[in-house]
Amino acid sequence: MTAVLTPDEVQTGTEEPSVRDSIVDYVARVRGGDVGALPAVLGLVVLTIVFTILRPSTFTNAFNFANLIHQSAALIVLAMGLIFVLLLGEIDLSAGYTAGTAAAVMGIQLTRDGHPWYVSIVVGLVTGAVIGAAIGLLVSRLGIPSFVVTLAAFLGLQGVLLKLIGEGGTISIRDKTLLALNNNNLPLWAGWVLLVAVIGGYAGVSLSRAAARRKGGLRADAFGVVLSKVAVLAVLLGGATAYLSRERSRNTAVTSIKGVPEVVLLLIVLLVVMNFLLGRTAFGRHVYAVGGNAEAARRSGINVQRVKLTCFMICSTLASVCGFLLASYDNSISPKTGGSDTLLYGVGAAVIGGTSLFGGKGKMTDAVLGGLVISVIINGMGLLNQESSVVYMVTGAVLLVAASVDAISRRRAASTGRV
Amino acid sequence: MTSVSKAPLNTELGGGEQPLLALRGVNKSFGAVQVLQEVDLDVFPGQVTALVGDNGAGKSTLIKGIAGIYGFDGGSYSFDGHDVTVTNPKQANALGIEVVYQDLALCDNLDIVHNLFLGRELSKGGRLDEATMERRAKETLASLSVRTVKSIRQQVASLSGGQRQTVAIARSVLWNSKLVILDEPTAALGVAQTEQVLKLVRRLADHGLAVVLISHNLNDVFEVADNVSVLYLGRMAAQVRLQAVTRNQVVELITSGRSGDLGMKAAESLATRPAGHTGTLTAEEAS
Repeated sequence: MTAVLTPDEVQTGTEEPSVRDSIVDYVARVRGGDVGALPAVLGLVVLTIVFTILRPSTFTNAFNFANLIHQSAALIVLAMGLIFVLLLGEIDLSAGYTAGTAAAVMGIQLTRDGHPWYVSIVVGLVTGAVIGAAIGLLVSRLGIPSFVVTLAAFLGLQGVLLKLIGEGGTISIRDKTLLALNNNNLPLWAGWVLLVAVIGGYAGVSLSRAAARRKGGLRADAFGVVLSKVAVLAVLLGGATAYLSRERSRNTAVTSIKGVPEVVLLLIVLLVVMNFLLGRTAFGRHVYAVGGNAEAARRSGINVQRVKLTCFMICSTLASVCGFLLASYDNSISPKTGGSDTLLYGVGAAVIGGTSLFGGKGKMTDAVLGGLVISVIINGMGLLNQESSVVYMVTGAVLLVAASVDAISRRRAASTGRV
Repeated sequence: MTSVSKAPLNTELGGGEQPLLALRGVNKSFGAVQVLQEVDLDVFPGQVTALVGDNGAGKSTLIKGIAGIYGFDGGSYSFDGHDVTVTNPKQANALGIEVVYQDLALCDNLDIVHNLFLGRELSKGGRLDEATMERRAKETLASLSVRTVKSIRQQVASLSGGQRQTVAIARSVLWNSKLVILDEPTAALGVAQTEQVLKLVRRLADHGLAVVLISHNLNDVFEVADNVSVLYLGRMAAQVRLQAVTRNQVVELITSGRSGDLGMKAAESLATRPAGHTGTLTAEEAS
């Protein structure tokens, strides 16, 4: 990968943008209103600095850092699913209770029926997919607004969940694999292998894409730009891995806690798969097209109904994964699992990350960044011993700021001709 | 589907060539409203056929039927010498029919390349082949001598009206299409941009494509068209070579369905006229 510019390629006359061009380009984009992930990243940095100053010992210690990952995992997965629906310009208000219901079905398979964990998880995933299919069919075939359909599902599934678990009951999870899902850590070596795989994979994909574009005589990112992106990612993830590899048990005599949480592996797999689906396949392109202009998509021969149905199914299936993570984290499933503010935090995470509620704009990484921002607020406010009332108010304010950034950048974008 | 002769309606039109698209006795009604009544239309390769008519004459219904947005109720539809049934846009695309709609039907949130390939993305092993798409997009724009767009990776939202129209037209020729239908391509454009788009339309026909141009603007029609087909209240009043008629005759055909010995017979045109109208219909009344 060292021979970036062979004489052949130079002769094609494609001007190679320098690193400086790329930076100038990026600044122009941001000024033009295409802020991308910038607000979420800035928010994350500011929140981290604020909480680090206020709670230097507790917020930044490795134990809390790992805890933050466990807390945010379910939220991130939920937001990933919601982004598929939000990209269409639709909403799924029932995703939270879909998570709860799928988790309850999974829990019943596990405890009452005594099925092994993998059977239970498959049944739980199918439950999610079926709920998504029902919502998707009602929205795409009957044309009922998704707000109404999913509001009905929100109420209905709340009842289903209560029925499954029983008033005041809980289903406790004792299965080792499921408990490990959002509690245990990978062995130290596996964490480092994962790091190398992620960095190597990212570098490989970026460089091969640039090489393919150059071969086709097209403008590609300069080698320096790709390299610096890889370097930044390597430093951030490498630092996090190193930090997580430290002993974080308060009493090492009792137990030893160290390593990258297992759930990180799941998050990375989901992120890569969903990112590929959305960004590199015809289906993903159709999702954006339907969200941008459904009529144009229809006239181009895109099966709009099928795209909508598939997106609602993906959303609900990912919601059931969110339910498993919640169940694993809480060691149990209650009629409140996936309830109260779960869904709204999920939508909030997507919006803070940069996904538009009007459809057509959003990426999978929005879920990760936005989910982290919300989790940092909840986690940090908890450490400050703030009451729930204050946590809600702060979270609300942050969401409002994110929505304002979206609206302002949208206006700028309209005036400079970007969307 | 009745079997009707596919001989050209008017042998002068195609210069002896067979029509690419031939409609015979096409009907379409929405509920009680009959929008198209026994319409015949011939479109020839390498020619621009202007389709004119007042508001409500059925122009849009006719092209939507050709494009497969909905099927015709009756009559025959033949393409390239074969009788075909077209009831959805995919079938029309497969025949080589492309429509550029008045409201453009572009996705603002996608870039030019994505819009050009919308619904027909090129994939390699399940993965979008962006490099090939971008290269073909460049080639197509170059073949149409489009040099006004800065980067083909910019979002369509950032383009001017003329550029958007250009993208929409470029999309229609990307697929080895044989027939391109343009619905009022210059309606929202300024003078210079109109000129640009009309040149592009002419270039399409010179490349051997059959072009149907719907327009309200007779200046445009007289500038680029070879034939003109006039719809009058859901019926085809006349289809003639443009050189054979004057502007006034076309205006008369549009407003009253006949002009001298051109167009419908007097009785026919009266019968077509909605109840309550007497005397000569003015353009305003006809709308």
